[in-house]
Amino acid sequence: MISRAFIVRGALAVCLIAVMAVVGYGIYYSNRPPAVYQGPPTVKLISQPQYANTVAYIFGDDIEVPPQFPPVAREDGLLSLGYANTAITPVVVERFYRYGQSVAEQVLGPDRRSYFVPCTPASVKTADGECARDFIVPIGRLLYRRTLSSDEVAAYVDLANTAATQLQDFYQGLSYVLSAMMASPEFVFIWDRLEDDPDNPGQVRLDAYSKASRLSFFFWNSTPDDQLLNAAETGQIHTEEGVRRQVERLVGSPRLKQSIRAFFADMLMFDHFENLAKDSVIYPAYGPGVSGDAAEQSLRTITHHLVDNLGDYRDLFTTRETFLTNTLAALYRVPVEPSREFVPHEFAEDSHRDGLLTQVAFLSLHSHPGRSSPTLRGKGLRESLLCQEVPRPPPNVDFSNFEDAAGDFKTARERLVRHSSDPACANCHKITDPIGLGFENFDGAGQFRAREGGALIDASGELDGIPFADASALGEAVKQHPGTTECVVSRLLANAINRPNRAEDVAVIDDLLGDFAQHGYRITDLMRSIALSEAFFAVAEPSPDVATVARAD
Amino acid sequence: MKKPISRRKFLKGTLGGAAVTVGLPFLEIFLNANGNALASGLPIPKRFGTWFWGLGMNREIFVPKTVGAGFDLPEEMASLAPVRDHINVFSNFDTTTDGRPNICHYTGWVVLRCGTAPSDRSDLAGQSVDVMMAEAIGRGTPFRQIDVNATGDARDTHSFRGRNAYNVPETSPVAFYQRIFGPQFQDPNSPTFTPNPKIMAEKSVLSGVIEQTASLNKALGADDRARLDQYFTGLRDMENQLAYFLEKPEPRPACHAPGAITEEMPLGLDAELIAERHKLMSQILVMALACDQTRVFNMTYSNSFAATVKKGHEKSHHTETHEELVDPELGYQPMVSWYTRRSMEAWSYFVQQLANFPEGDGTLLDNALVYAHSDQSFAKVHSLEGIPMFTAGSAGGRIKTGLHIDGQRSPGTRLPFTLMRVLDLDIDAWGSGANRATNDIADILV
Repeated sequence: MISRAFIVRGALAVCLIAVMAVVGYGIYYSNRPPAVYQGPPTVKLISQPQYANTVAYIFGDDIEVPPQFPPVAREDGLLSLGYANTAITPVVVERFYRYGQSVAEQVLGPDRRSYFVPCTPASVKTADGECARDFIVPIGRLLYRRTLSSDEVAAYVDLANTAATQLQDFYQGLSYVLSAMMASPEFVFIWDRLEDDPDNPGQVRLDAYSKASRLSFFFWNSTPDDQLLNAAETGQIHTEEGVRRQVERLVGSPRLKQSIRAFFADMLMFDHFENLAKDSVIYPAYGPGVSGDAAEQSLRTITHHLVDNLGDYRDLFTTRETFLTNTLAALYRVPVEPSREFVPHEFAEDSHRDGLLTQVAFLSLHSHPGRSSPTLRGKGLRESLLCQEVPRPPPNVDFSNFEDAAGDFKTARERLVRHSSDPACANCHKITDPIGLGFENFDGAGQFRAREGGALIDASGELDGIPFADASALGEAVKQHPGTTECVVSRLLANAINRPNRAEDVAVIDDLLGDFAQHGYRITDLMRSIALSEAFFAVAEPSPDVATVARAD
Repeated sequence: MKKPISRRKFLKGTLGGAAVTVGLPFLEIFLNANGNALASGLPIPKRFGTWFWGLGMNREIFVPKTVGAGFDLPEEMASLAPVRDHINVFSNFDTTTDGRPNICHYTGWVVLRCGTAPSDRSDLAGQSVDVMMAEAIGRGTPFRQIDVNATGDARDTHSFRGRNAYNVPETSPVAFYQRIFGPQFQDPNSPTFTPNPKIMAEKSVLSGVIEQTASLNKALGADDRARLDQYFTGLRDMENQLAYFLEKPEPRPACHAPGAITEEMPLGLDAELIAERHKLMSQILVMALACDQTRVFNMTYSNSFAATVKKGHEKSHHTETHEELVDPELGYQPMVSWYTRRSMEAWSYFVQQLANFPEGDGTLLDNALVYAHSDQSFAKVHSLEGIPMFTAGSAGGRIKTGLHIDGQRSPGTRLPFTLMRVLDLDIDAWGSGANRATNDIADILV
């Protein structure tokens, strides 16, 4: 049995410790008093989904946004935490500038400008300050997630006027202002701003707009809407009732799916699909469009189960309900309507497709281009869904132990059993391979197979003391594993408050786990619990040497 | 209006292979009598670049048996025959962990890029050598440096400004083309020049917004002030880039903007696909250099964990380095060598692109200095001893070429140290601990 403390504790430095932890290392943080840790405020680079959702909310979803942004490093299993620390090189700034320019050209081009500029300029060939102001004030409020000051508005209007006069083009002037605003750090970074806390003299709190952003990005992964900004402006967001009212509105919105999708795409490392390709000779059915469809299938399965059905999170690992395109159907070898669109589908009981881990996305993502990988799959399961870190291989392994002149291993299990002959390898491979071998009935493209190299595949194993016979039973074992729910709680909390879990968070996670269980492991209720917890807005002014603070005043 | 051409046509057309010299106007009127400077009196610019491939080599069939000039070309680098006189080979130089862990496929290249062994996989001490070069010779062009790769993955780069601060590479030929030769490109050989009023207006608005937001800086703490400073540096670079386009550029006789590339390449790490992507990215890069859009570049052919695959073969390059048997008759891992040979073919192609491109009274390569290396020597055991390195080009006659240098186990950092000094960086030492370099590799100096 694995302890919660193990999950919170995070990375393990050596294989030995990892093995000890997996088999039941003691409660690391037992007997600590419950406390809410007040983390430092963050200044977080906007992610591609957040940018795309924001643009779609303000300007419509037909405005094109680049599908990929510059990569950031994953921290504690989440890219979303990497955005709070990533450094900004000039080429990144140049890209953000060009992204904004592209959006501005689309928004203020001849086809769309009348939808977004709520006035008609006196002449399209001259400056019109009043009309420019009518555009800049509401758009700037949504872009900067706060009301612009009168000085800011005057400055932007002046810039628009000057450019319009220079070019004799009102809309071009406005377009340059919009693109420059979208390159401004006010937009590109999501800021935590602090103010003195009137209820706790000597302490600070997030200002109202920062609270609105924190709520909006957590529930919608997008910029605050008008109602949230109003709640910030009136100060309602500083009251318990005000927050509760907003949380109910946010959690009940269809836009909640945006956030659920982004969170699970991050947690499941779906960003790696951006560059995933399979060998077209070995896996001819895994063509160029498959990886995108596979990721979408799993995300639809997740949002349908968790949001539409308000299902138990743990059932994600056993559900046979999903969505397929005809491209995916060929890989699954099931008949569906000949459609490029996703259609609902329920796998048959004997299909071997039980839950998220038996879908093509997980199976193909954690494989090589030309073959399966029990090690990568075991590592993927432990790191993505159980929040355990598998140590990297030691540098100077003597690989001659694995050489076999005959080279006649038929199955992956036969190949990998060699690892257990070397203690340096065995300690880590014990963590990954016994569970990864459970997926060996699926090849590197995620297609079912009963045999490999002519030999019948043995997909049995055990997950931290829970034995399983095959991948379907492994899904059941994951469902029963305490790390499964603890992991999603700790990751979701980290995602909400923009920082990795700390030892001081154990009590909070414990409370949230209790709530999660009480509410039938419904993710929507978990998100509500997180947003209403004391930890959600908890923040402190950092010490000067590691200062990370922007003050509203 | 330039006529769009397809990627395939671009590869096979006027810029294809050695034919890159065909059809490019060589306007001698723009050169001085000696051909070593522009007619304006400005010298032909110096260029610096890097080229990286992953997973090293098989020493027995890679390292030349003879040192000095006229070195032999063992079978794994046989494809370098056409460029042997343009390159130097550096063997038997060491990279050390300096008492820290050997972080597989990371320690080696990090040391050779910044001179300091990392303590963990996210550790990057200081900035990479290309960034230092860009600060010194990259100004005065629209792009202080350009980073590209042939893998199509934006994570594959070896250029950085510090921890968590990688320079994001161009991965798409279409996007790379647009960035350099898109609508903002100013043809340096155009007989007339009129500043584009749209760029003037764009720049003044950007400057205004920077001014408007600059006050944010005062309200921040230490960590985020640094990040915001980086952001403002980037915005000012953007401002400078726009300003550059408002000045009449110096004529560049070798510059000839190619037709637009509009067709994206498929994803994947199949060796043939990487080779094609590498060719296309190299060709755009070479023209960007000829047009003086940049003077510093990085090309990554494969990353340090190179997952390059051979179509129909189930194991990738990296997997093979650890799992393939050494063939008792050959004495090496045949599939690993197959992948290494593809890397060397690409390196040879890259050097040929520069060597065949006329500039002044010589070629682009004559006015360039390229530093190439890998992350391991014998990847099977993650060996850091004798990581293979090359240079190409003579940096305007400042270094000799056509030599094989035996480093005799001295620090590999001596090579980037020497190259920085060749390009006039005022440094007496570079790197730290056991990787600290204080002696030039004198054998290559003119």
